Amino acid sequence: MADFDTELDASGLNCPLPILRAKKTLNSMDAGQVLHVIATDPGSIKDFDAFAKQTGNELMESKEEGGKYHFLIKKS
Amino acid sequence: MEEKKLAIIATKGSLDWAYPPFILASTASALGYNTQIFFTFYGLQLLKKKLALEVTPLGNPGMPMPMGMDKWFPVLGLTLPGMQGMMTSMMKSKMKSKGVASLEELRELCIEAEVKLIACQMTVDLFDMDQSDFIEGVEYAGAAAFFEFAGESDICLYI
Repeated sequence: MADFDTELDASGLNCPLPILRAKKTLNSMDAGQVLHVIATDPGSIKDFDAFAKQTGNELMESKEEGGKYHFLIKKS
Repeated sequence: MEEKKLAIIATKGSLDWAYPPFILASTASALGYNTQIFFTFYGLQLLKKKLALEVTPLGNPGMPMPMGMDKWFPVLGLTLPGMQGMMTSMMKSKMKSKGVASLEELRELCIEAEVKLIACQMTVDLFDMDQSDFIEGVEYAGAAAFFEFAGESDICLYI
């Protein structure tokens, strides 16, 4: 997995909390910085894809590993 | 990107029906929507300082019941005193165990995200409700004010 600046563990949280926490964390970050989100909600795969498309932040990576979902989001 | 708008009318005051307006409004805000919720009739319960919302299986055959209760519990049994309170606490603990946010938390997230919360003044008067029972920051208005925002909205939901 590529480098990231901030990590957010949203494990155990259900819709829409992973997205809301990610948005809040991104707000405190600078443009160009990368956020690593860890989630266990299976719905988060499609949700983070949709979140990136609608907010203009780039979803650099989206993968499942060891029963958890990992997302790398670059703040626009 | 031009700012999109979401207008929601929240009309229901039970625990289960309180979720959609707050989930959708908080998520829409995270996606950059300018969001407004107009609370009318029983929906006003969602604005009370102390949320005391309950859930009932009565008149709702679609509600999954714990421990297969719907199989052996007759509908009349569900009307017994205490049954609604029991169902409500079971639902709440189920939600907590599944990582679903509490309504208080979702509402707080909506307020943080500057979702505009509007109480229907007519219903407040109708039910003799007291503005001091409601959370801070609520605005009071009528149908015309709703249309001013909803008429410009991209998405308009009646819940």
